[in-house]
Amino acid sequence: MKLISDLKKKITENEIWRSIFRHGYADTPRNRVLQIISNIWLHLHPAKVREHATKIRFTWCMGGITFFIFLFETLTGILLMFYYVPDVNRAYADIVDLMYVVPFGRLLRNSHRWGAHAMVITVSVHMFRVFLTGSYKPPRQFNWVVGVFLLVLTFLLSFTGYLLPWDQLGYWAITVGTNMARATPLLGHEGPFSYILGMRPDNDIRFALLGGTMIEAPALLRAYVWHCIAIPVIASALMMVHFWRVRKDGGISGPL
Amino acid sequence: MEVMEEKKRAGEFRDDKVFTWPNLVAKEFLAAIFVTIGLLSYSYFVDAPLRELSNPGEAENPAKAPWYFLGLQELLVYFDPWFAGVVLPGIIVLGLILIPYLDNNPKGNGYYTFKERKFAVSVFVLGYVFWYVLIYIGTALRGPFWAFFWPWEEWTHDFPTPPPMHDLPLPLGVALLVGFYFVGLVLPAMIKRDFFLKLGVVRYVLTMGLLLTMIGTVIKMVLRLMFNVKYMIATPWINI
Ligand code: HEM
Repeated sequence: MKLISDLKKKITENEIWRSIFRHGYADTPRNRVLQIISNIWLHLHPAKVREHATKIRFTWCMGGITFFIFLFETLTGILLMFYYVPDVNRAYADIVDLMYVVPFGRLLRNSHRWGAHAMVITVSVHMFRVFLTGSYKPPRQFNWVVGVFLLVLTFLLSFTGYLLPWDQLGYWAITVGTNMARATPLLGHEGPFSYILGMRPDNDIRFALLGGTMIEAPALLRAYVWHCIAIPVIASALMMVHFWRVRKDGGISGPL
Repeated sequence: MEVMEEKKRAGEFRDDKVFTWPNLVAKEFLAAIFVTIGLLSYSYFVDAPLRELSNPGEAENPAKAPWYFLGLQELLVYFDPWFAGVVLPGIIVLGLILIPYLDNNPKGNGYYTFKERKFAVSVFVLGYVFWYVLIYIGTALRGPFWAFFWPWEEWTHDFPTPPPMHDLPLPLGVALLVGFYFVGLVLPAMIKRDFFLKLGVVRYVLTMGLLLTMIGTVIKMVLRLMFNVKYMIATPWINI
């Protein structure tokens, strides 16, 4: 113990340390409040929370972990974007490069991929816990609705990323998925009643999603833009609303 | 302070608040660290899948959507794509959105309880489990040409030809479907009178409509598996 406190002194009591942190941290109630409300990131939290809301057995920490994985995916995603080009002649080779040539590329790609799967799981477990605690009941009805949109967006985020490696797995998975759009009632050319709107393979909703009648270069570009820009932006906006509403609806739900 | 103590004792309000720093923040940081360690070490040992370069001329067999959509893909066995791939997911999302507005039971708000909301919890848990059971079947038990294989069986290309299927006669199919929803709506309302009265007509019809659609999905699966029924309702425009 003496060693540790000596070491602590060495580290903190010198000019460099003091030039950065300016003053020490005295553990007082006031400082505990200030830690939260004077920090731009932490002030998403209230200064005080009800005790049960800090219990892992109540929230399972699943909303927070979902958010953290989203941040993790954003970081690894940006790094992947330095190497990956959404061009049908290059995309696959870029992924192979990531796996075999780029330093830490394999770890980067693997963790982005597994993170995406993990997020789909944690978001659905989060929904499950919110249901079991009845936390969608008044006044939190609307935040549940925001949550459902986030759930769908999480699926779509993962789904649009699936095509990007441009390998057989992604190509045929997206084929199966987007073939469903063909069958959309009214809007897909094979869907019931689509003759009313005069749907053809080259003007229906699947065509709009793929930018063509087949999965080709425009489809890859569209998947890329949805995956890297459009959906993350929409999801971020909804998450802001989601967290804001958690606060405005009276903090984490709990027994009265 | 004293006033607060007294009120607390009298149970007028609960002052169980603790400082977010460090009580909550510390746990969040720990969770973040554990998740990062978990993801990175899993990624160190297990590679993300990457198959050959995509080739439009050579279909994967079986071609599978990502795992979280395989429940819906599994339902393609039992329903046409417009229903399994578009309308049913639409109904599921709509149903999820409606939950807070349909469930008007004031009890069980903010704590775990089964006793005080048996109906809501049972329906939701059943639906949740059903979703994942379908995903399991679609992921693990479906091989080439989407043929069924038990986990201990090897995926082969020669499996017995499935028995021929037939459609129900149209009048019978329509009668069954209408009868199913009609009985499903009227009978519980008569037997469980206060359940119906507490919800009111609109909530009741929407709640039971959604529940019956979930049950109907299972029934259609049974009809297909046990009686080889392809469609209950077959018309030139739409098949169910
Ligand atoms: C990207 C997806 C999501 C993120 C990042 C997210 C994040 C969070 C966080 C951090 C909380 C605070 C409490 C906790 O951690 O449990 C929360 C609460 C909540 N979430 Fe989510 N969530 C997401 C999706 C959903 C979904 C799919 C639903 C429901 C369909 C939902 C409904 C709610 C509700 C109603 C609350 C308030 C719970 C309470 O007060 O106890 N959220 N969310």
